[in-house]
Amino acid sequence: MGYLQGFLVTLRQIHVLGGKRVTTQYSGGLEKGPDGKNPQDQKIPKPERLHGRHVLNRYEDGMEKCIGCELCAGVCPAQCIYVRGADNVPEEPVSPGERYGFVYEINYLRCIHCDLCVEACPTEAITETKLFEFSFINRRDAIYTKAELLVDDGGKPRQLPWEDWRDGDDRDTSGWMRATAPAGDADFEGVVAWSGELGYGVRPPEQGQS
Amino acid sequence: MIAHLLALDPLVLTGVGLKAVLIVAIKVVVAFVVMLVAVILMIWFERKVIAGFQNRIGPNKAGPWGIMQTLADGLKLVFKEYIHPERSDRFVFLLAPYLAVVPVFVIFAIVPVGGDFTNGNNGVVTLFGEDTLLQVADPPIGILLMLAMSAIAVYGAMLAGWSSGSKYPLLGSVRASAQMVSYEAALGLSIATVLVVSGTLSTNGIVVGQDGLRNWNIIATGVVPFIVFFIAVTAEMNRPPFDLTEAEQELVGGYQTEYSSMRFAMYYLAEFLATVVMSTIIVTLFLGGPRGLFDIPVIPNAIEGTLWLLAKLLVFLFTYVWLRATLPRYRYDQLMDLGWKFLIPVAFGWMLLITALKVAQDEDWNRVVVVAVALVVAALASAVFLLALKVSARNRQLEGSSF
Repeated sequence: MGYLQGFLVTLRQIHVLGGKRVTTQYSGGLEKGPDGKNPQDQKIPKPERLHGRHVLNRYEDGMEKCIGCELCAGVCPAQCIYVRGADNVPEEPVSPGERYGFVYEINYLRCIHCDLCVEACPTEAITETKLFEFSFINRRDAIYTKAELLVDDGGKPRQLPWEDWRDGDDRDTSGWMRATAPAGDADFEGVVAWSGELGYGVRPPEQGQS
Repeated sequence: MIAHLLALDPLVLTGVGLKAVLIVAIKVVVAFVVMLVAVILMIWFERKVIAGFQNRIGPNKAGPWGIMQTLADGLKLVFKEYIHPERSDRFVFLLAPYLAVVPVFVIFAIVPVGGDFTNGNNGVVTLFGEDTLLQVADPPIGILLMLAMSAIAVYGAMLAGWSSGSKYPLLGSVRASAQMVSYEAALGLSIATVLVVSGTLSTNGIVVGQDGLRNWNIIATGVVPFIVFFIAVTAEMNRPPFDLTEAEQELVGGYQTEYSSMRFAMYYLAEFLATVVMSTIIVTLFLGGPRGLFDIPVIPNAIEGTLWLLAKLLVFLFTYVWLRATLPRYRYDQLMDLGWKFLIPVAFGWMLLITALKVAQDEDWNRVVVVAVALVVAALASAVFLLALKVSARNRQLEGSSF
C-alpha cells in the first residue's frame, strides 16, 4: 500500500489541495496598467546577501579602487573575469597606487555569482549589487566591459538598457564592505566580517586599522 | 460492398458525392486543428500541474495563466537554426520526425470524439443533412490501425537515433525500440481481451457495445486488461516512469539529442500528441468513449458525448502528469522484467480466461466449472513459468555475469 500512499503524498502538494506555495507569486501574468506598468509587477525584497551583478567602485575623490592585480581573475572558478593591469601615468593617475585595471571584463554568460572575486579583492574594488534582473539578448552585451561595470561619479552603478533597475535598487550596491581580515588587526577578531547592506557613498573612517 | 470494406461511414454508403467528400475534408481539417490545439493546451496543462506538484507556479507570463507559453516556445523553435550533424544520414535524419508525428495523427482518425450514443443510438449525427459519425474514419480494421500505427511510430524513434551518427541518440533509440516492441505485445493482448468481449474491431462498434455502466469494457473485461493496457500505453509513449529512452541523466536527450528547430518540435509534438490520443484510445476501449453516466440537461445529446469524452480524457491526462510527479524512472532491466515477466503473462492469461467464459456463455457450459478449470490451469502455468524463471536465473549465475 505504500506505493499508493506515495501518490497521495505528491497529490497533497498541489496548492488547491492544501499544498503550500513556496515560490512567491510574482505578477501572475496580469495585464499592464494604463501607465504601461503592471501595478502588481513589483520586485520582492531581496535577501541582504544576495549576489547580483558586479560593480567596480571608486574612492571618494573619484579614483578607481582597482589596482589591476588580477586576484579576482585568478580566484574565479568560472574563469569569467579578464583583467589586464597597466602602470599609472604619474601626471594623471587612474588609481592611487602604482598600477590600475586597464582592461576589466566580466562575462555574465559564465559568471556563477559566487562572490569569490569580492572576497579576493584587496582593495574592495569589486562588489556585487542586488541586481539579477538583466537579460541581454546578444553575446556582446553579455560581456560587461570596464566602462559598464565602473560606478558613475555619484558612486551609483550604471544602468544599462537591458537591466531592470527600479527606484532604490542602486542604493544597495554594498559598495563598501569590510575586508574579511584587515591585516590581522585584533580589533576585528570575533566581529562579523561581512556586513551585507552597506549602501554607497562616503563612509566614516575606519577605526583600529593601522 | 467496396464502401463497406473501405468504410468508412454511413456518409458514403449511399454513394460518394461532392457533399460527402467536402464533409470528410472538413472533418480531417477540424481533427488536425483540434489535435494541434490540444497539444498546445496539453503542454501547458502538464507544466502547470507538475508545477503544482512541485510547489511552484508554472508558466504565468504569456497570456492569461500563461496559456500561450507553448505558442511562444513553438514560435521560438521555428526561428532556430536547423543543424545537420556531420555524420548523420541526411535522408533518414529528415524522414524520422515525420515517422514519429504522422502515425499519431492517423490514430486519432479512428477515435469517436462524440456523437449520440444515448437510447440505443449508434453515434450517428446529422451534419449538413447527411448522416455521419463524429470520427474521421471508421474502418472495419478499426483498432488494429492503432496497433499498426504505433508500430510505425517505433521507426520514428529508431531511425532518429540510428541516423544521428552519434552515440547517445543511438543508445536511446536502442532502448526505445526494445521498449516499444516489448510493450506492444502486452498492449495487443489486452486489446484482444476487449475485442473478445466486444466482438468487433470497429471503434464505433466498440463504443456502441458498451451500453450502460455495467457493459463498459473496464468492468466487462474485469479491470485487469485496463490496468495492463494503461501501463503498456505509458511505456509505449515513453512517458515517465518509463521515459528511460530520453533519460537526461544518462543519455542527454535520447534519440532526439541531435535534433534542432522544428524537427525537435515535431518530436515534442508527437510525444504530447501521443499522450492525448492514447488517452482517448483508452477511454474508447474501456470507458465507453463518448458515453455518459447520466443525461446532462439542456445540452443536446450529440454535443454531450464530446463533453463526456473530454471529462474522461482530462482524468487520464492528469493521471499521466501525476505519474510523472510521483514515480522515479525504471531501470532498464526492471522495465523488461515488468513487460515480459509480468504484463504479458497476466494479459495473456486473462485473455484466455475471458475467452473461456465467453465460450462458456455461448455453449451453455457450467460457468463455475470453467472458472475452476481456469484457476487450475493458471496455477499450473504460473508454476511452470516461475520454475522456468528460477532455472534461467540459476543458469545465469553459473555462467557468470557477462559484463
